[in-house]
Amino acid sequence: MQNVFSIFWREYKSYFLSPIAYVVIGVFLFLVANRFVFKFNEFVQLTFEATGEAVNYQQTIPKFSINDTVIRYLFQQMRNISLFLLPMITMRLFAEERKTGTLELLLTSPLTITQLVLGKFLSAFVLFLTMVLPTALFQYFIFLYGNPDLGPVLTSYAGIVLYGAAVISIGTLISSLTENQIIAGALTFGAFLFLWIVGRVSDATLSAWGEVAKYISITSHFTNFSMGIIDSRDVVFYLSFCFIGLFLTHQSITSLRWR
Amino acid sequence: MIHVNNLTKRYGNFRAVDNISFNLRKGEILGFLGPNGAGKTTTMRIITGYLSATLGNVTVAGNDIFQRPLAVKRNIGYLPETPPLYRDMRVSDYLNFCGKIKGLSGYRDRKRRLGYVVERCGLEEVRNVHIHKLSKGYRQRVGLAQALIHNPPVLVLDEPTAGLDPHQIIGVRELIRQLAGDHSILLSTHILPEASLTCDRVLIIDRGRILAEDTTERLTGELTGHDMIRLTVSGAPDDIRKRIGVLEGVAKVDEHKAPGMGKDGIRQFDISYELGKDRRGELSRAVVGSGAELLELRAQSLSLEEIFIKITTRAPEEADSRIDQEGR
Repeated sequence: MQNVFSIFWREYKSYFLSPIAYVVIGVFLFLVANRFVFKFNEFVQLTFEATGEAVNYQQTIPKFSINDTVIRYLFQQMRNISLFLLPMITMRLFAEERKTGTLELLLTSPLTITQLVLGKFLSAFVLFLTMVLPTALFQYFIFLYGNPDLGPVLTSYAGIVLYGAAVISIGTLISSLTENQIIAGALTFGAFLFLWIVGRVSDATLSAWGEVAKYISITSHFTNFSMGIIDSRDVVFYLSFCFIGLFLTHQSITSLRWR
Repeated sequence: MIHVNNLTKRYGNFRAVDNISFNLRKGEILGFLGPNGAGKTTTMRIITGYLSATLGNVTVAGNDIFQRPLAVKRNIGYLPETPPLYRDMRVSDYLNFCGKIKGLSGYRDRKRRLGYVVERCGLEEVRNVHIHKLSKGYRQRVGLAQALIHNPPVLVLDEPTAGLDPHQIIGVRELIRQLAGDHSILLSTHILPEASLTCDRVLIIDRGRILAEDTTERLTGELTGHDMIRLTVSGAPDDIRKRIGVLEGVAKVDEHKAPGMGKDGIRQFDISYELGKDRRGELSRAVVGSGAELLELRAQSLSLEEIFIKITTRAPEEADSRIDQEGR
């Protein structure tokens, strides 16, 4: 456990020693804030207009759910934006160590490969949490001026965390396959996009393939969370995805010894 | 401390390491001498557990590397060819991290060892400097400090002096000599003088096989079977070669021909003497007596290249039988 922490802590700190952490977190928050402001304004405008119309025509004033509009939209955007930024975080994990030769230090130290993989995974995962955490301010803002349900906000965060873990485990795996960070980054990006787009495909077809596509789509499992539903199938999907990713990483690092 | 038994590493059909066996005794420095691509690094990587072997076994301090890898890794300090440094860290942070992952779990323990290796490797001045700002010599020393941090009984150093300037090379060599005794050291090099200066014993390895194992002095003597002297003269009479040849103890005289040689009447000879019969005085008198001017007269030792050519051109069976004898 101590070894896992040592690996994790060194890696986590090194994100902040280089500009990576600041750039990725900065870009993420800028984009999410931009979406938030846009959607929030839209919501305010919409409710104003609708309320005004209702008053004019002397109808009952309709109720608007900020949960279903702004908050859910915000989480979807966070999900999609992080899909583009997470490869930047995960691509270096093992590729850089392989390139600079420091992997030789780690693999000749009395560490197990499991400890190594877990430490590496955790560092990217915790950086992801660091990146997502400030978005709670947006929620706070909504709670300050609105009256949303807390439940869906919490389940959405749970979903984002699980989703992040699954995505990062794939990134970790791909990073362990190559010495070249650019290749790792490009492949990771491609894999993420595939897992995202495959969900879109499922909307367009009704055949059995559509069901399969929907099942393997890493984004479609997020939908329930964003609606305030925690379905054990989704939780199991993300956790097993994460487990398989890390298991394969373990195998990939082990196989380095045989080259 | 290290027992290597019939170790083989194959990459497809290529044998990077071909059935080698040797021992590293307690407190000694064993040199691994060979040209680039001879299999030195591969062997070291197997011993340290970075690579697996195709056949054979390795024990370090009584632990089998394939059965108890963690115990072995705790007992080895390893400096790879390029020091494995995190460029964005400070020296002390880096060494602290190395201490942590190498099993120095107590903070006090780690601090004590850190102070020790920093002093030992002469890193006081750069303690708080970022590694990417360090010179090559300092980086090498940080690498060495990293290998030492957990006080391992065995040190495996892969070309510890490669790429350093002469002054730094001397420093690193001295450091390694000081470390012997407390630690058993296996180091690789492709520079012969280095092996003879630092190592107690030398293994010569080429194309994955051990060709010879002995002290450097005995290797040179045994291989040549005679002493070599290089002689440069000018204005020598035509029969100088014959005059030298008849001197007592001279086995062979070769005229050394190189481009540009022979101008101004300068000629060079390589003279082989029977082993242990140095007659340079007699030789110089003979040269001067013949009316020639003596420009240079020096004893030659074989360079690594020559030793290699000598050893590799010998019959392979002979090399094998040598190893068998020494293995006993």
